[in-house]
Amino acid sequence: MQPDRTPLLSVENLEVHFPIRAGVLQRQVGAVKAVDGVSFSLNRGETLSLVGESGCGKSTTGLALMGLVKPTGGRVQFDGQEIRGFNRAALKSYRRRMQIVFQDPFSSLNPRQRVKDIIRAPLDIHNVGTSAERDARVAELMERVGLRPDQADNFAHQFSGGQRQRIGIARALALNPDVIVCDEPVSALDVSVQAQILNLLSDLQRDLGVSYLAISHDLGVVEFISHRVAVMYLGKIVEIAPKAAIFAAPGHPYTELLMRSAPSRDPRKRHSFSASNDDIPSATKKPSGCPFHTRCPLVTAVCKTTEPALTARDDGRLVACHNR
Amino acid sequence: MTMRMPKAFTNVSLVVGALISLTIILLAIFAPFVATHGIEQMDMRNRFDGPTLEHILGTDNFGRDLWSRLVFGARISLTIAVIAVAVSAAIGTVVGLVAGYFGGWVDQVLMRITDIFLGFPAIVLALAIVAVLGPGITNVALAIIVVAWTEYARVVRSTTLVLREQNYVQAAKALGASPMRIIFREILPNALGPIIVLASLGLGTAIISESALSFLGFGLPPPAPTWGWTLAYGTRFMRDAPWLSIISGATIMVTVLGFNLLGDGLRDVLDPRQLSRGGGKSAKAK
Repeated sequence: MQPDRTPLLSVENLEVHFPIRAGVLQRQVGAVKAVDGVSFSLNRGETLSLVGESGCGKSTTGLALMGLVKPTGGRVQFDGQEIRGFNRAALKSYRRRMQIVFQDPFSSLNPRQRVKDIIRAPLDIHNVGTSAERDARVAELMERVGLRPDQADNFAHQFSGGQRQRIGIARALALNPDVIVCDEPVSALDVSVQAQILNLLSDLQRDLGVSYLAISHDLGVVEFISHRVAVMYLGKIVEIAPKAAIFAAPGHPYTELLMRSAPSRDPRKRHSFSASNDDIPSATKKPSGCPFHTRCPLVTAVCKTTEPALTARDDGRLVACHNR
Repeated sequence: MTMRMPKAFTNVSLVVGALISLTIILLAIFAPFVATHGIEQMDMRNRFDGPTLEHILGTDNFGRDLWSRLVFGARISLTIAVIAVAVSAAIGTVVGLVAGYFGGWVDQVLMRITDIFLGFPAIVLALAIVAVLGPGITNVALAIIVVAWTEYARVVRSTTLVLREQNYVQAAKALGASPMRIIFREILPNALGPIIVLASLGLGTAIISESALSFLGFGLPPPAPTWGWTLAYGTRFMRDAPWLSIISGATIMVTVLGFNLLGDGLRDVLDPRQLSRGGGKSAKAK
């Protein structure tokens, strides 16, 4: 399906800085810049993947969009409306349209609740329909995600990891959201089960037109589900491009490093492009200039002083690099 | 549920504790039927009697039957203990949930208040309360509650601090659930285990506190057959009738031991994952 081109969600310069406090008076002595000026947009029915190493801020970006972490700066617009100025009622209706599926299918379901109550919770919270209608919706959702409705009275621990992730997806779907943030949706699952869940996600997108913001470090997963890919490094996006373009020819040197470090199916192939330094700089003391200059094989003098902006290239991709 | 029963029955402290507690509770409930004499019925011909067929645990200086007095005394001790535990668990749980969930200044204020109550020596505070308010079941219970709730508050707060970071709590937040709903629907059911354990241990502690107050003469006034007073009174006749204080002391000890064993046993058994594991229609297919 070709995604519709009107942006549903647009994020401008999103910042999430966590203060570091020290001393008796708990004065702020610095900040962890987990997300440091991230901008992107998400269209209807589209999947945008956020990829990057652990600690690059991709999950924090997702949590900030869900309102689970407070952003310290930037603008988020949803369907043309600014989220910052939302009052409580508006925020509640925003939450109806934006949902999240967590990475860990074990901790994301309350062990004391039955599956039907877990999936029903969003309907109860937002007062959707009568009690009988909610029960019917729960059965419908369970079937939609490939669970048998007669398992509704079971507790979450009676299911396998893949089934539990289906329960999490059913809960996220209950209110017919427009966007689902998928935070590493399959990385905790067996490889054989991963494919089933990824297929389920793409079937749901085809049938319901839901957009995904997929957060992942697994390039195989990213290649399977994305329309576009955004690569993050140290809290910043270094490249955004359509999937085909980015997998055919990485634009930013970091993207290239990421792709080359993924294991290849050809055992004779050797890593030909490697970082000069494998240490990831700390998010509290970021390098000056381009954040990647400490590891970049193409580094030049300008990289150490001036931070490159995300600029459009001929083929429509955005890359933040002086030398590419 | 099928797997849970045999597993619980193999836990020795749980079984022994439950048996002792249940026996004491049943004796208290059916006191009028199991007592052989009235609590104030004197038998002047059989004063200071050792255990006999007529008076199975002996008699005191008025010839009052010790067995009957202990059985009726169980009613007083258990009533006070149950009231004290129920109220302190309720107060402490709500304070702990609110402090742990909201954190920040709410947490600071609630926990400093808790510290103030913890700072008092428990028995002195209890004595002062009974001395000011006068004796009576509610006042004795109140004297115990004033300090006992703090333990629930602290334990529930630390449990809540862990639970609020769980993804299912984050998921509920993302759904727009109110703090009330998150606290009572998502967090409380998962915090019940430690609360139940504390409550059964708390019954033992409350019985000891009540006995201590009675022993010092601050419990229910004398015609009432409280265990603490029966023990204190018996010490006057330690040389002639040692069974009076020994048996009432042993009664308190065994009762408290029973509730403590029950609490320890529950702690081992109450794990959420043991609820209905392998139950009827668990599905294994992926």
